[in-house]
Order: sequence, then structure tokens, then C-alpha cells
Amino acid sequence: MIEEQEIMPVDLGKLIGQVEEFRNQGYRLVQIGCTKVGDTFEINYSFEKDYKFRNLRVTVAPDTEIPSISGMYWGAFIYENEMHDLFGLQVKGMSVDFKGNLIRTTVKYPFGMPATVSKEEKP
Amino acid sequence: MSRQIIVPFGPQHPVLPEPIHLDLVLEDEKVIEAIPSIGYVHRGFEKLVEKRDFNNYVYLAERTCGICSFMHGMTYCQGIEQVMNIEVPERALFLRTIWSEYSRLHSHLLWLGLTADAFGFENLFMGAWKTRERILDVFEQTTGGRVIQGSCKVGGVRRDISREKLAEMSHDLGVVQDEIEDLTNVLLMDSSIKHRLKNVGILSKNDAYHLGAVGPTGRGSGVDIDIRKTGYAAYGKLKFEPVTEAGGDSYARCAVRAREMFAAVDLIRQAIEKIPEGPIDVKVTGMPNGEYFSRCEQPRGELVHYVKGNGTKFLVRSRIRTPTLTNIPPLVKMLQGCELADVPVIIMSIDPCIGCAER
Repeated sequence: MIEEQEIMPVDLGKLIGQVEEFRNQGYRLVQIGCTKVGDTFEINYSFEKDYKFRNLRVTVAPDTEIPSISGMYWGAFIYENEMHDLFGLQVKGMSVDFKGNLIRTTVKYPFGMPATVSKEEKP
Repeated sequence: MSRQIIVPFGPQHPVLPEPIHLDLVLEDEKVIEAIPSIGYVHRGFEKLVEKRDFNNYVYLAERTCGICSFMHGMTYCQGIEQVMNIEVPERALFLRTIWSEYSRLHSHLLWLGLTADAFGFENLFMGAWKTRERILDVFEQTTGGRVIQGSCKVGGVRRDISREKLAEMSHDLGVVQDEIEDLTNVLLMDSSIKHRLKNVGILSKNDAYHLGAVGPTGRGSGVDIDIRKTGYAAYGKLKFEPVTEAGGDSYARCAVRAREMFAAVDLIRQAIEKIPEGPIDVKVTGMPNGEYFSRCEQPRGELVHYVKGNGTKFLVRSRIRTPTLTNIPPLVKMLQGCELADVPVIIMSIDPCIGCAER
């Protein structure tokens, strides 16, 4: 059985209004995930109500400041901090701001750069 | 107002199998606030999807977790299959369901042992892990692996289970069910355990829903969300109802897991009874071009594997949202107002899997 899914592109300026609408309609936040596509970042905000799975998508440039939705969905802080630590995106107004210390990485913002494979020399 | 102090809890603690840190803000013995911190063992292997063939990535997806590894592989495969419009043979869907429910039994028994150990009930701990061995034996006999099964692939499964073996499994489930009954009677009836769990770590239904609690953590507060109801794999052809409890405390979350073990036994029996004959896989041709949010109900709750391909053998993105990650904000809420001595039990009541969260 295949689940119907909906992806709705929205402008960054209208994100908070759209999320508020979902909150008022009783949707729960499933996840926030980020994907690097070329020089931009696609951010998916996933919601569900009565097994209806809907996504809001904003596409932003690397230096864009993104408004936090943790005012409406308090638990969003975990995804927003993750997005900051792995992709380097700036999120403004998080309910809990770890200031880059939620995920400890050896290189800064590892998911914001192309993948590299290094081969260690055998002893 | 009493003086506030901060007590660090973890990342190394006897009750924690994996590292998570909490700064507990206390007034006397009461927790006023809990500030979580993870990332001690973050692997970042989602990034490897850019350098691994999408077929081979199944092995990595499975290694997200050492408990519900099969379900990670299956959820990833479901995503790719949806993107590539692959119709998986029905027998493979039933086999996936059977292994998924065995994973749930494995996970809940492992959790039961660890939780019993957390409140000092060593006998229950050993009993739970003894029964868990029976489940691991079935995994070994049917897939070749006790922890990492490697039996799921894009387009179906790698191994079939013979009719004789399925009959044997169905028979042996009777023994497992009897043992689980003994174990859960102790868990839910013993007065000392009740004393440790009842009215401890309360999460209201409203908070559970809006903070994103999933799995037994949400269902223990009466939120009847169970992704199996969407009908993935063969669940659409089996009868079951999500197990819920209304209490919202640690006891209710434990009771949900206890009852879910019986539901898992029932689902396996139904699947064994209804499994059709036929092929177990289809040939996969082409490359994934598109995206999908694949979801399943892991033992700890809703799991999301987002996959996005661009028509090459390497995916653009694999994003894994594990249930433990989304259960951290509800955990923070549960800890507010509890006694310091109850913190370990409350943490165990959400059955955290940091390995999953640190994928």
C-alpha cells in the first residue's frame, strides 16, 4: 500500500504563517530535514494528521537566516539545531539554542560541503 | 525559593547503554529543568550515500541500529522502491513483516532487561534476555545474522523461509508467548516495580502529540498513532489495533511495550498463516530519480527514511529521522518536576537508542 504524500513549496517569508496554519489544524510535526541541492538548501518540514502526510518546502541560499518554528512546535529545536550543526544554516529564535554544540563534528558543517573519500595508507 | 544547582547526568552512567548527557537543574531533589546534549558518537554516515551505490547503501542503512537493523534496511528499500516504481512480490512483503515483528520482540525484550536492570531487578533482566535469545536464534536460522540480518534488498528480500520452518516458528511462538506472559506479569504486577513507575515521568496526551512523541512514548499517553496502520509491507492485510494506555506515566509506557509483544506474536502468526507462495524479489533496472519519505513503525516509534535521487547510482540525500531523536523533547518535558532518583527510570521508559539517533 503506497502512502500519498504532498510537498508544497513555500516562500521563506510565508513559512511561519503556513506552519501556524498546520498547528491550528492539529497537525503534528514529524520532522525537519535539509538537503543540499547545488548551491542551495532545500528544507522539508513534514507534518501529519490522521495519517495524512504533508510537507512544506523552502529553498534557501547558504547565508539565509531561517526563522525558527519552535514557538509553535517546541520540539522543533532538535531538528533546527541539527540543521545548523550539520549544514551551517542559521536559525533564528530557537526555543533551545545549543550554539553549535548539539552534534560534535570534527569538521564544521560537514553536510554543507561535497563528500570526499580519503584512503589511509596501509602501515 | 531553594538554591538551584546543576547536576550533570551522563554521558557515562550505569543506566545508559549509550552516551547522552543531561544537565539537570535541581532545587533540592526536584528537577526543574533538563537540558539534553547528544552528538558524542555521531557517525554522519547519511553523507556516505553520495559515494555508495544506492543498492549497497542498504547495508549502511541497516547499520544505523543494532536492534532494529532489519527495519532500517526495509524502510530505506521501501523508499527506493517507491521512487523507482518497483512492485515488490507479495511473499517478500510478508517476509519483511515477519522479520519486522521479530525485531519488535527482540527490541522490547532487550528494553525490558535493561529497564529491569535499571531498577535493580536482576532476575527479570536475565529472564527477559533469555527469551530474547530465542528470537535471535530465529533471526540466525532464517537470515544468517543475529544482529545485522542483511536479508532485505531493493526489490524484495534475499532469503526465503521454507514452509516447514514457518510451521516450526509458529509452534515455537507458543513458548515465547508463555515466557513473555511470565515476564510481563512480573513487570506489571510487582508492587515494588509499580512503586517505581506509577505517576513518574508524566506526559499528557496534548504534550505527547504536539512535542512529537512517537511509538510507545506517545501511545503510553493515549496518542493512537501507529504507522503500521498506513498498510506498508503486509500490514494492510493483517488485523491489529495500536496498543495504547491512557496513564501517560512510566508505567503506562512499559505497559504499552508489554502488550505490544503479544500483538507482535499475533501478527507473526497471522503473517505465517496468510503468506502466499511466489517469488521473493524482482530484478531492479534503472536508477532512482525522485524523492520519497518512507516510513515504518519501529519498536521505538515512527521511523522516516527520506531518499532523493537524481537518476545516477548515487543518491543526492538520505535523511534518517529516528524515533529517539523526536522523543528527546518529550523526555525533557517528562523530567520537569520529577525527583532526581527517578531520572534513570524515566529515561529508560522512552527506550532511548542513541546509536540510531547518532546515525
